Amino acid sequence: MAALWVICHREALRFLGQRARMLAALVRPLVWLFVFAAGFRAALGLSITPPYQTYITYETYIVPGLCGMILLFNGMQSSLSLVMDREMGTMRLLLTAPLPRWWLLSCKLIAGALISVLQVYAFLAICALYGITFAPLGYVAILPALFLTALMVGALGIALSSTIKQLENFAGVMNFVIFPMFFLSTALYPLWKMAEASALLETICRLNPFSYGVESIRFALYMAPNPLAWGVCAGALIVFMALALWGYDPAKRMIGRKI
Amino acid sequence: MTGLNVENITHDWGAKRALDGVSFSVAPGQFCALLGPNGAGKSTLFGLLTRLFTPRSGRIEIAGHDVSRDPLGALSKTGVVFQQPTLDLDLSVWRNMLYFAGLHGITGRAARVAASEALDRLGMEERARERVRDLNGGHRRRLEIARALMHRPEVLLLDEPTVGLDAQTRSDLVAHVHGLATDTGLAVLWATHLTDEIWSGDRLVVLHKGRVLEQGPVPVTGAALTEHFLNLTESEGA
Repeated sequence: MAALWVICHREALRFLGQRARMLAALVRPLVWLFVFAAGFRAALGLSITPPYQTYITYETYIVPGLCGMILLFNGMQSSLSLVMDREMGTMRLLLTAPLPRWWLLSCKLIAGALISVLQVYAFLAICALYGITFAPLGYVAILPALFLTALMVGALGIALSSTIKQLENFAGVMNFVIFPMFFLSTALYPLWKMAEASALLETICRLNPFSYGVESIRFALYMAPNPLAWGVCAGALIVFMALALWGYDPAKRMIGRKI
Repeated sequence: MTGLNVENITHDWGAKRALDGVSFSVAPGQFCALLGPNGAGKSTLFGLLTRLFTPRSGRIEIAGHDVSRDPLGALSKTGVVFQQPTLDLDLSVWRNMLYFAGLHGITGRAARVAASEALDRLGMEERARERVRDLNGGHRRRLEIARALMHRPEVLLLDEPTVGLDAQTRSDLVAHVHGLATDTGLAVLWATHLTDEIWSGDRLVVLHKGRVLEQGPVPVTGAALTEHFLNLTESEGA
């Protein structure tokens, strides 16, 4: 437990120390909201699909997706900072602590998720000032959904970080993991819109675990149950975490060379 | 047996054999210099001793704990200073200490006491509030040694800890760690390629191309040791 506390504390201090990162994390979804969504509002007609019970503006539709975006970008960044830790040597300090690796990696994951979730609430507060508000209980109901999604993408990041040798490869991860995961999900368009465009795109969206993260947030925001989304997120979290643990197994040849 | 005990360790990276049947031991209170040129396998050995990865065969025992069977017991008795710095540059000296304490399960008052005692021992207490980035190389190294001693380990491993330090700082550090071994009964393994860091009365393990060429009490010191070492590695390399 002491380890969890100090790892969270370190993560928070580091985050607060990097003003630019904090700002970028907030500005990114706001740009999407104010620029992209405002323009799309006219172009895209949204029909009434669950969990919505009335017509909504595109700005309202996109908010859960942008919450997911914050979690995705932040979670990846925090997990990929493990790559930086490895270059800086601080990774060795973590891995030579007398604690099981699964617990050390879990602490890192939880610390990253907490920071991401706090940022989502900061974003939602700005949305509220802008006039996009939700039921008060919705803000409470999304907390577990946000946390689960944050853990899921964070675990994917940790699994990826075990395979990345240098910080430079982060750009590759951006292009080949983060962007496809974001665009080929229900974050920006509902599934039926995707289906209209192409059946293949729809299938990919359906297979993308990030879609289920976004949907779990969307449904929770309206206090509607979505057990499928939650189940897929939890399943994906378990799979990604297993991959991460395998990636950091000390008996594996690969990792030893890089630490 | 307590202290550090390495038995017949073999490890390879792909087709390249990095360590080949390495055996040696360091008793409590002993300063053991692990002398070897670059590429001798010192860093691989340190990775194995700290269980960053596991050996293909052989056995490592730290303070009576088998590293493969009881890694957490072994790690809790080990203090490590890696060749590459492992400090958080943007956090203060004090925060770095507390972070480490937390990883070792030391919290609250106990952590603060342990941190200030450890800093005091290395003469770093007045720098506690400074940011690590603002410290010079010598102070950073001292901080790392202070930190490695915070959880009262029985074995202290240092991988070329004097790299990049000036002559005075280097000899101060060497003297300090020698003192730690004699005063506190710590078993010290000091990896280096610099013979002037080795004192008479130390134990010496010469590692070359992954094999132990010689081990025992230091036969000679200073320039004579350099010559002895060169003869040893050259005759082996030929």
